[in-house]
Amino acid sequence: MAERHVVRLTVNGESVERLVEPRKTLADFLRQDVELTGTHLGCEHGVCGACTVLLDGDPVRSCLLFAVQADGARVGTVEGLAHDGLHPIQEAFHDHFALQCGYCTPGMLMTVHDLLQRSPSPTREEIRKALAGNICRCTGYHAIVDAVEAAAARLRAAPPREAAR
Amino acid sequence: MATSGTRPRAVGRPVKRVEDGRLLAGQGRFVDDLHLPRMVHAAFVRSPHAHARVRHVSVSRALALPGVVAVLTADEAARLCHPWRGILTDYVGMKTALQYPLALDKVRYVGEPVVAVAAADRYVAEDACDLVEVEYETLPAVVDPEAAMRPGTPLIHEELGDNVIYRGGFDKGEVDQAFARAHRVYRDRFVVGRQTCVALEPRSLVAAYEPREGSLSVWISSQVPHMMQAIFARILGLPEQKIRVVAPDVGGSFGLKIHCYSDDVAACLLAMRLGRPVKWIADRLESFATDIHCREHLVDVEAAVSADGTVLGLRSRAITGVGPWSCYPRSSVVEGNQVIRLLTGPYRIRNYKAELNVVAQNKALMSQYRAVGHPIASMVMESMLDRAARDLQLDPVEIRRRNLVRRDELPYTTAFGYVFESGSYLESLELALDKGGYARWREEQARGRREGRHLGIGLSCFIELTAPGSFYGSGGAPISAQDSATVRVEPGGTVTALIGVTNQGQGAHTAFAQIIADQLGVSVEDVNVMSGDTALVPYGGGTSGSRGAVLGAGASILACRAVAEKVRRIAGHLLEAAPDDVELRDGKVSVRGAPDRSLTLADIGFRVYYQSDKLPRDLEPSLEATAHYTPARPITWANGVHMVVVEVDVETGLVKILRYVTVEDCGPMINPALVAEQVRGAVVQGIGSTLYEHVVYDAEGQLLTRTLMDYLVPGAAEMPDIEVHHLETPSPFTLGGFKGIAEAGTAGAPGAILNAVNDALAPFGVRLTRQPITPDLIRSALRQAPALNRDGRR
Amino acid sequence: MKPAPFEYLAPRTVPEAVSLLARHGEEAKLLAGGQSLVPLMNMRLARPRRVIDLNRTQGLAYIREVNGALRIGGMTRQATLERSPVIGGRCPLLPEALALVGHPAIRSRGTIGGSLAHADPAAELPAAIAALDGQITATGPRGERTLPATSFFLGVLTTALAPDEVLTEIALPALPPRTGTCFLEVARRHGDFALVGVAVVVSRRSDGACGHARLVFCGVGPTPVRVARAEALVSGRRPDAAVFAAVEGLVRETLQPDGDLHASADYRREVAGVVARRALTTAWSRTNHG
Repeated sequence: MAERHVVRLTVNGESVERLVEPRKTLADFLRQDVELTGTHLGCEHGVCGACTVLLDGDPVRSCLLFAVQADGARVGTVEGLAHDGLHPIQEAFHDHFALQCGYCTPGMLMTVHDLLQRSPSPTREEIRKALAGNICRCTGYHAIVDAVEAAAARLRAAPPREAAR
Repeated sequence: MATSGTRPRAVGRPVKRVEDGRLLAGQGRFVDDLHLPRMVHAAFVRSPHAHARVRHVSVSRALALPGVVAVLTADEAARLCHPWRGILTDYVGMKTALQYPLALDKVRYVGEPVVAVAAADRYVAEDACDLVEVEYETLPAVVDPEAAMRPGTPLIHEELGDNVIYRGGFDKGEVDQAFARAHRVYRDRFVVGRQTCVALEPRSLVAAYEPREGSLSVWISSQVPHMMQAIFARILGLPEQKIRVVAPDVGGSFGLKIHCYSDDVAACLLAMRLGRPVKWIADRLESFATDIHCREHLVDVEAAVSADGTVLGLRSRAITGVGPWSCYPRSSVVEGNQVIRLLTGPYRIRNYKAELNVVAQNKALMSQYRAVGHPIASMVMESMLDRAARDLQLDPVEIRRRNLVRRDELPYTTAFGYVFESGSYLESLELALDKGGYARWREEQARGRREGRHLGIGLSCFIELTAPGSFYGSGGAPISAQDSATVRVEPGGTVTALIGVTNQGQGAHTAFAQIIADQLGVSVEDVNVMSGDTALVPYGGGTSGSRGAVLGAGASILACRAVAEKVRRIAGHLLEAAPDDVELRDGKVSVRGAPDRSLTLADIGFRVYYQSDKLPRDLEPSLEATAHYTPARPITWANGVHMVVVEVDVETGLVKILRYVTVEDCGPMINPALVAEQVRGAVVQGIGSTLYEHVVYDAEGQLLTRTLMDYLVPGAAEMPDIEVHHLETPSPFTLGGFKGIAEAGTAGAPGAILNAVNDALAPFGVRLTRQPITPDLIRSALRQAPALNRDGRR
Repeated sequence: MKPAPFEYLAPRTVPEAVSLLARHGEEAKLLAGGQSLVPLMNMRLARPRRVIDLNRTQGLAYIREVNGALRIGGMTRQATLERSPVIGGRCPLLPEALALVGHPAIRSRGTIGGSLAHADPAAELPAAIAALDGQITATGPRGERTLPATSFFLGVLTTALAPDEVLTEIALPALPPRTGTCFLEVARRHGDFALVGVAVVVSRRSDGACGHARLVFCGVGPTPVRVARAEALVSGRRPDAAVFAAVEGLVRETLQPDGDLHASADYRREVAGVVARRALTTAWSRTNHG
């Protein structure tokens, strides 16, 4: 067995230190070692987007990153989107029936969070392209696009204090 | 409603989902989120061959690896359990072999589990799998369904004598005479590729066995916990009361999670042998290789049509290859049967002869996925109608108007024998044309053609078989025909409901909370619905066949009526009124016409639970009731129409959907937003079927589509907005008049899209009869089109 | 789907990375963005004994402009390039191609050097860099060497990099004035690898004719495929619809792609012609603004 490495990072603003095998993915690290199970695994080869988290503010596939690589980084997960209650993006998803089983939802939310940071007023087509790397098998996407439009409007009106980043 | 005296308030409104908060916050509880003390992780050594004899298995190196706690071989697994067989006895003559958890003498599809390993974590378990040595002697693979039937083809199960699992069919009306008097006879072969479900949460299971109690607890991503309890009992040799099956949050299912999978059984055997909890989570490679597949069909069809477009008669011959075994316990013959039985759709076709061949082959097992058979049947019928319309120079709308069953013909019995009691076939079509702007799009299409743009308009009119009552039980399968609800008014006056129907994202808890809230005159927030745990909920059938809303609502209504009756009798005593004069409304229980004489449910709860000694002896101190419900008819038929407009880039073969409009009639809607979302999600799966999704095996039975890079599910960028309109024709035979809705979108999309693409390509003399419709398929058809220059440009 | 065990090494400097590579040879694998390597490792199709992570190696992520030419560090993230005003201004072909590489979360990690070194024949960046006459610098124990992108790609997932070399820099020469570029592809879904794609670079001479021209395809062969005869067909002429159509025909006749699961050889050949015509038309129209 390969030598284990100490990994120190912050997750949703909290310091975390664990000893891990180099091969452990960041996704498994978050789910098993940090016990934040909101980050989901749908494919483990970078296609489905369910495991999307923020790494130093940028969206990444946590299944395609080893935990050792995140040493020293800031990681944001769905659990950190809002301190209590729901983030405006989460509220918009609720209002617009933009989730069904909820399995893709955490990755979807992190992707939307990134999109709206960079592009506060996206068109429906831009939203659809931005979500193209997040598979939702339940909704057919229409309601998610509605929710992102609504969240964008809400965030333009009243940006929240950022928790995850 | 007579039971409660209250006006419906929550039902019919787009009440927001009660399920969302946790899921949005990352606090869902899926099986893989569960961690138990001393839990170990399973992984499987799987067959790399489609068909091979297993010569030798050596596990010693795997067992020696630190962290490995058990290695289970096929022989041992076979000794520890009872094998199973996926037969439904009402399909007379069907045959299939016994199935074991791990491949004994032969492997029969790529991915079949051969050895199971349990280790400290999944990483080590996979390391151990790499150390297991299996010697195979490869055998010729049977891949093509037509070839599978030919004499001399290698046998997948020698003891069965041939590869045919089932032959069926029927001959109704005067088919030969209909063909004899036809103005035209159209013949086509439709080829439908294999698909699979791709629930985003893979199949997942944690099994924990307590040897001293002899009890097994299984947390499993499942639609059918009670069915799993029954089949685990049979296979593992444990009594049902010692098995608890829990389906916690389930990350999508679509028919994936209603079957007995051999790896699930093997994981339970590991847990029983070890006396330690075992977790097994399918990874995506395992999902593609071993989840049930569906659809693969060849359908030869002949339609006899009169000069005015009336379809006089049909003949169909369907062949489907379903993998090495008929799947347990639902079998693998239902999709094929539904293809032939549903083929006539909502059309008045009296004369119909059909034949079905279900054959074994060296591919993964096929069984029921969302809309079982409907999409194929509908696509074939809709395509034949468009072909006839074009040939007879009728508008596609007109030929449908002439053949659709009219309201005044109800109840209508189809050629096969299905009975449509209620429906809105023509009305749905007219509404779809109006909302979709059919006439305007025809103008736009004509303008486009002048400008070199190739638009196509496609329609499909379909029926959806929903809420099957006895469907599998009659064939001997342990699958509940009824469903159940326990409704309890808690001491504080709020309501707990335990429902036999399960929830995989449909919003079932929200819908049932709406029903119960109205029945008991409380608010939706005051109702907590739970499901998915055999130790908690009364016996139920879970979800499948668009049954959840109808059966769950029926059971909930009945349970609420019984609870309301108890409330009225107790309130009548306390308020000195006749129970019949007591009504439940707005959280109050009051005497009709005397609102000042009222109590809250909390008042009554306190009396019943804490002061029951002061109640008369003839009043049962209970505010709880359990009810079970089976619809009065075996099937409740929903219906709908899809209209789609596509643009085909004839140079690249890419299809862009410009407009998607649906009309759905599922009777009165419990929650129109939930209905719309069921439709949209199902439509996108139907679009996936038609344009993207294809499980591909090569000629040797090797699986080529092993990842989400190769098996294409629809993405947000290519999917259209989907407009959903409703008609509400109640069923006369279900409580509340409800009909199912979950599969309609998937049923209707393929026909509409195929017709739209063919409409766009019509000027080139091209007509496709195959799915998925890939850019390559379109280009290749255009290349071979007779009337064109080589590059397909006009 | 979990990777086999490996030893993790994170060199701080390029010489350190090179010496680790030299020491461990074929047993080691360089980890750049990981968006292609890690899926292969998760599926155990790649099982390096040692992983040398370049993400902590200093001095490999930069974008420099020198007299209109660009120098890009091998570990520069695709997302950084996509958003760089310098790149957007000097070389709009790159952001146009990058927008088609996977999805935002992929480009957050994916690097330009990683994409080139992985050499997937369907990938966009190798074709784009070849069309831009990019020069690729490899650093090894014997020092640096620079080779043109066109001779860098040797086959499917195979490059001219020696096992002990690190791809450290990509240099892009300044484009001539009035240059128009276009990256166009046909993919089944947004973000998928291209069934066929093309990078086109054309420059308008002062006399209005086309001067410099490059057409490089992805998805039609084991490497990016440059069709020099098509370039010769446009170069020196005032291209119009007839010329663009002639290029389409020539491309279709020249290319000899293989078929696979996603598209047949015939499809790829035909559609390569189509995207060539369309991209060339667009690129030429853009020379007016260059």
